[in-house]
Amino acid sequence: MAAGGGIDPIHQFHIAPIVELKPFGIDLSFTNTSLWMVIVLAVVSAIMIYGSSQRAVVPGRLQSLAEMAYEFVASTMTGVMGKDGLKFFPFVFSLFMFVLASNLLGLLPGSFTVTSQIIVTAALALLVMTIVVVYGVVKHGSHFFGLFVPSGVPGWLLPFMVLIEAVSFLSRPVSLSLRLFGNMLAGHIALKVFGGFVVVLLGSGAALNYAIAPLPLLLAVALTALEVIVGILQAYVFAILTCVYLNDALHPGH
Amino acid sequence: MPVRSSGFARQGWLLAVGSFATLAAGAAQAATPGLSGEKASFPPFDPAHFASNLFWLAVTFAALYWLMSKVALPRLGSILEERAETIGRDLDQATQMQAKAEDMAQAYEKALAEARKNAQGIAQTAREAGAKASDAQRHATEAELAAKMAQAEATIAKTKTKAMGNVRDLGSDIAVAIVAKLTGQAPSASEASAAVDQALTHG
Repeated sequence: MAAGGGIDPIHQFHIAPIVELKPFGIDLSFTNTSLWMVIVLAVVSAIMIYGSSQRAVVPGRLQSLAEMAYEFVASTMTGVMGKDGLKFFPFVFSLFMFVLASNLLGLLPGSFTVTSQIIVTAALALLVMTIVVVYGVVKHGSHFFGLFVPSGVPGWLLPFMVLIEAVSFLSRPVSLSLRLFGNMLAGHIALKVFGGFVVVLLGSGAALNYAIAPLPLLLAVALTALEVIVGILQAYVFAILTCVYLNDALHPGH
Repeated sequence: MPVRSSGFARQGWLLAVGSFATLAAGAAQAATPGLSGEKASFPPFDPAHFASNLFWLAVTFAALYWLMSKVALPRLGSILEERAETIGRDLDQATQMQAKAEDMAQAYEKALAEARKNAQGIAQTAREAGAKASDAQRHATEAELAAKMAQAEATIAKTKTKAMGNVRDLGSDIAVAIVAKLTGQAPSASEASAAVDQALTHG
């Protein structure tokens, strides 16, 4: 696409080791992904821990932000799962803040988007599903698998329904991880492509190209705004689907 | 939950098939680097970095979870609870204060009404007492005046009687003198006084 100008929209996803770590022959290098994970951790902790350190009855800006995040996740969780869902509150909250901070920090020029790595989103989704299955089986035993047996279905249809439910259940981690990964990847590629157009047009030297160069720039600006919305929305979707799946583990009879 | 629709699932399967195909292709290309140079693999699907990414994700996410569940969330929860308590307490206090203020206003109104009534009573009594006192004084003065008048009348009567007596004496003397001048013979004093008395009574 922009190969002529030497601009590679994929380059932003390249992983480069910063500190090489290879214990037991496994590559655990501290890479730019790791760096941005640590930055995400630092930013979220700064907002949530430093922001709440004043313990003010009348909150300041940072404390308001922290409280808003707290109450937003708490109300989402009680809305989906009811009051007893709040036992998963720290987990869902950490998940939401981690994804949200990754998505938004990834929009900074020169930064790296942690959630554009499929292994990251897949790991988070698998973590969610592992918790769902383990908690469901420990809490409800075999009753948990009633999830795959919809009630009110004629007997001859039941095997198919169970099959469909099982497939649907197994596809959850896939859809959960790929939705987030795909949104982040596609958004960043689109941004890079439009940004690349501007550079290519300006670098070509032709007068007409100078004239149309602002158009992709405007698009890139609009896309950045869109990406902010997408980043927030995807974090919310990730969190609320986690709540929905956890709800199945909490209340399997439906 | 309506979110458990098959739409997500279908989308998920499509994406999954696509991504696994890409992953396989990427792996295949990575396995044969000679074909297309260093840009062979799409970095997010490059399994060379999976171990490192997973390791650091586990470290950072565990740290985040620990920090959130042990420090940030309990603290925020207690802040919010404390605020709800403070607001509730303040509202209670305000309600109590308002009730108290209303009570005080009522008490004040009552005291004011009582004072007004008292003042009216006092004024009434004072007015009555004043009227009574002035009445008594007037009566006393009137009585005094009446007594003085009676005394004066008595004095006048006495003086008049005395004067009349003098006039009688004078009259009888004059009558004696007139009779003596007219007749040349003086009547006796008793005759004269009888005549004068007669004249005086008959007019």
